[in-house]
Amino acid sequence: MTALDLSPAPASAPIAKRIVRHGLIEARLLIRNGEQLLLALVIPLAILVAGRFADVAIANSSIASVDLLGPSVLALAVWSSAFTSIAITTAFERRYGVLERLATTPLGKPGLLAGKALAIIMIMLGQLVILTSAAVGLGWRPEFTAPSALLAVLIVILATATFACLALLLAGRLRAESVLGLANLIYVVLLVGGGLIIPVARYPAALRPVIEALPTAALGEGLRAAAHGQLLGWPVLVLLAWLVAAGFAAWKGFRWTS
Amino acid sequence: MPSPDSAVRVADLVVRFGRRIVLDGLSLEAKTGALTAVLGPNGAGKTTLIRCCTQLVRPLSGDITVLGLPVGSRQLAGRIGVMPQSAGSWSGIKTGELLRYLAGIYANPLPVPALIERLGLTDCAKTPYRRLSGGQQQAVNLAGALVGRPELVFLDEPTAGMDPHARRATWLLLRELRANGVTMLLTTHAMDEAEALADQVFIVDHGRVTISGTVRQLTKSGRTLETVFLNHTSARAAS
Repeated sequence: MTALDLSPAPASAPIAKRIVRHGLIEARLLIRNGEQLLLALVIPLAILVAGRFADVAIANSSIASVDLLGPSVLALAVWSSAFTSIAITTAFERRYGVLERLATTPLGKPGLLAGKALAIIMIMLGQLVILTSAAVGLGWRPEFTAPSALLAVLIVILATATFACLALLLAGRLRAESVLGLANLIYVVLLVGGGLIIPVARYPAALRPVIEALPTAALGEGLRAAAHGQLLGWPVLVLLAWLVAAGFAAWKGFRWTS
Repeated sequence: MPSPDSAVRVADLVVRFGRRIVLDGLSLEAKTGALTAVLGPNGAGKTTLIRCCTQLVRPLSGDITVLGLPVGSRQLAGRIGVMPQSAGSWSGIKTGELLRYLAGIYANPLPVPALIERLGLTDCAKTPYRRLSGGQQQAVNLAGALVGRPELVFLDEPTAGMDPHARRATWLLLRELRANGVTMLLTTHAMDEAEALADQVFIVDHGRVTISGTVRQLTKSGRTLETVFLNHTSARAAS
């Protein structure tokens, strides 16, 4: 048996190394998880393909379905990774004591959150490449301009941060099993009724003001407009308002232990 | 930095969860280089005490110093190891993968293959955590607390679920850690564990220390440690 030197020699690795290591392990665990893969890629790809070949009537007659579906599935990918994945994985990390252990290591609470953010960014970049390639392969011809592309990036950043705060609030307050059910339910409800895939203009007029106030609609409409070279300001304002509220609630409400 | 005499000093700690008082003026000291056992029935406040010492629970009042520093001090980063009572691991991660990841956030970690071998985990190094037996999971949790070569280790019921062989092997390892200068604060229900390991024992009930001393002091009148425990704690439902 190899002798172990058990004498204390505590020292932390450099902060960047700690965060990168955490980001890599979380991303690897997410990719291995079949349910997360379903949400991250399989469902968006299925919607893209079904929309393209079934020519689902979600578009105005002047716009091809795939030109709406391209940015819409990117919005869906952000929604699934930044909300559903974070909520479920964090809830189980809290239940299993992963947060409790890691918060007391040199990674600490800020490093843990930074590593988690890095993991989600890596996953979302992977989704962006795969889904964009698939959409382009199916005939999507995005018409981003430099300003609209920059606005799209800003909208994605704001939406990601907002969804992550909402996910942490859920994960930090409820039992893991409840989060599993509720996060999936919210995912489906807002996928259908939250303006993510279906443009707000296609909903009944009475519902439109309510849907436009949702962060999912702000993301979906913002990306769809940007993909056509248009600049919409209201999604940024809606997302900012949600981010402030969700960030405050998560800050006050998150619990590290179960 | 010279080590203070007390690695952990807790004074008049009060914690409430809603209306429930979990710690009710608890005070104790864990001496540097010693193994301190905190004994108590379920719901006595043992886990909450550790969580206060690691800044996971904020007390209503009271003072805590850890390694001579206030809880939450940046200078404590990496100097403390924690073995939580719950799993402390992702369910799908492999044993070796988890320990290599944890080792990577320290500058001078224990060599992972040797640690795995020492804890008898060689055969399950590639097994996902959820497929390990209860005793193996506990061994992985212990390894996770030790891999960074900490000065102070909090162990929350470290041998719960272990078979007698694994318990004895763990006791041997804890003795070796103490001989190497590592301070430990351990919670347990097991009287034999406290008798076998502890330099100092604190019996806790309803969030406060009811009696403390060395095992010899507590049992000097011929009573067993279990009798002392029963006389100084009350039966209560787990919470």
